[in-house]
Amino acid sequence: MKDMAPIGYDEKTQRLIHDMVAAEARHISGREVENPECDCKDGMFPARAPTRRVFLFAAGSSSAAAALLGGRALAEEAPPGAKHFDVPLDPTRQQGRPVAADGYGTRSQFETEVRVRFPTPNENTSWSFTPLDKMQGNLTASGLHFERHHGGTPTIDPARHMLFVHGMVNTPKKFSMVDLKRFPSVTRRHFIECSGNGLTEWNKPTLKTVQGTHGLLSTSEWNGVPFATIAREVGLMDGASWVLAEGSDAAVMTRSIPMEKMLKDALLAYGQNGESIRPEQGYPLRLLLPGFEGNTHIKWLRRLQVSDKPFMTREETSKYTDLMANGKARQFTLEMEAKSVITFPSGEMKLPGPGFYNINGLAWSGRGRVQSVDVSVDAGKTWYPARIDGLPEPICTVRFNFPWMWDGTPAVLQSRCTDETGYIQPTLKQLIAIRGDNGPFGSIYHLNAIQSWAVAADGGVTNVHA
Amino acid sequence: MFTRSAAILAISLAGLSVPAKAHAQAQIHYGFGTAATSEDLAKFFSIPANGNGLPPGSGTAAEGAKVYAESCAVCHGDKLEGNPARGIGGDKLIGGRGTLATNTPIKTVESYWPYATTLFDYIKRTMPFSAPGSLSDAQVYSVVAYILSQANIIKPTETINATTLPKIEMPNHNGFEPDPRPELDLYK
Repeated sequence: MKDMAPIGYDEKTQRLIHDMVAAEARHISGREVENPECDCKDGMFPARAPTRRVFLFAAGSSSAAAALLGGRALAEEAPPGAKHFDVPLDPTRQQGRPVAADGYGTRSQFETEVRVRFPTPNENTSWSFTPLDKMQGNLTASGLHFERHHGGTPTIDPARHMLFVHGMVNTPKKFSMVDLKRFPSVTRRHFIECSGNGLTEWNKPTLKTVQGTHGLLSTSEWNGVPFATIAREVGLMDGASWVLAEGSDAAVMTRSIPMEKMLKDALLAYGQNGESIRPEQGYPLRLLLPGFEGNTHIKWLRRLQVSDKPFMTREETSKYTDLMANGKARQFTLEMEAKSVITFPSGEMKLPGPGFYNINGLAWSGRGRVQSVDVSVDAGKTWYPARIDGLPEPICTVRFNFPWMWDGTPAVLQSRCTDETGYIQPTLKQLIAIRGDNGPFGSIYHLNAIQSWAVAADGGVTNVHA
Repeated sequence: MFTRSAAILAISLAGLSVPAKAHAQAQIHYGFGTAATSEDLAKFFSIPANGNGLPPGSGTAAEGAKVYAESCAVCHGDKLEGNPARGIGGDKLIGGRGTLATNTPIKTVESYWPYATTLFDYIKRTMPFSAPGSLSDAQVYSVVAYILSQANIIKPTETINATTLPKIEMPNHNGFEPDPRPELDLYK
């Protein structure tokens, strides 16, 4: 990148990025060591602080110690989404907890990963990152799905929630949640990615972990009614070519969506991963636009207005547009292009020594299925095919695996996604050459470049541009 | 024989209280939901560039200055310069003309927004942040007039209403182009 002019960050972006670097550092320093004595090193985070797990084991190993600490103090030890239970020395020697003791389950008290919020000045209009370095398989746990809200998470009673569909339709209608659930439904797995994913990374490697660099990506199984079904209920008029979607939050978020997309695969979704959509994800109803930038998947959906033109809302004019070096901005840049990232090993992990490692990560494309994923361990000089775990589904992530025998010398790991259209994930240098270098404020969105992780001789893994 | 059996079956089923057919015919229309009345829809708005749906009423920059001081300045600054303080984070609203093609582009209503109608829609929709949707239409017209006049896009004396607002040409009106992706340079 030495031939590129230095990028002049605008003041606001500088501030945000500076704050995010600090927030990530706080998050990393708060992480516990898995078990520093164990060679297996699940997660392989470097030792930074005394482990709480050891503490819990110690407390649980002695009923006297547990009594001394008191139930309340221990309850406060449970991470978000978990409850604390004393740990027996041998779980086979005593009965466990009663069946269905709390009706709705919790995660293990030993699982501590959480979303991390980007420290925008206002915490109601902000975003949070999925801890991709800790995610397993392909779907994202609903409680760890990334968030982006412009006016906080509203509390909505589904019994009072209505979807209004009007504009260039023959019969304007309103649908209760009960009405919507009477229609035949479809169930599909799709990722959602914010077009701002990676916005800190244009100029130089900035955030340390894959949670920070790629965590505005999550995958769920979604369940709901195709918009096409609802379109027939109201009857589309000739010339109907755009649909405004409006949310029921304090931002009353609006985006204009091309009718072509709405009739292709838009889903009015009320289910996520087997239960109702989480409040942070739009409870009780959200728009799902497979492969389109996250902002268009309007949450808390209350209204669809059919029109013959886009409405030119604030988000689609002043915010989610991509300013190029020539001063012109691209508008309605809706598709998320093919992308991939290695999640293991990734930034801030530490490999304990030479030997076998199963490099793995996620690949996805907003234009269809992932066709193939290649991995390089020499900064992109040579590429080898990775094994895709499972059958790629349209506009859904896949997990890929790549066997690597590390010889203990420095290496740079990269992954590269090719989607079913034949599009190949570009390098950052290619993207900057096309879009100009007046980013990141100019064009902070749609960074889908190849990510590089450097493995040092001591096994430390860092975010680099290579 | 087959026909006779079928007839008997049909007769016997007709005597039962359950429907004769366990399956409905495949549907393409279901009839769920109810008609949305004009009263239902009256509370909604979304203002496109041609101004369709702009409400009655009007405003001036002089009136808008008062509304701005009362409801907007705490987040957006006394001089519309923005306020990055923790818990606030209001955007800068004016300035930045001529910076879009530089290494430090400044995107504001004045320098970047292509339509004045968007400003009305957005303020009425979700501002002020502490009490979204609480401004009257006249107050929204006035704040729009104030911001546009501070941006030197309209004269301070102009009245903004449903007729005048869509006619305002914003400085960056022609600054947008359609999405060219996939980028052809990636196929070389």
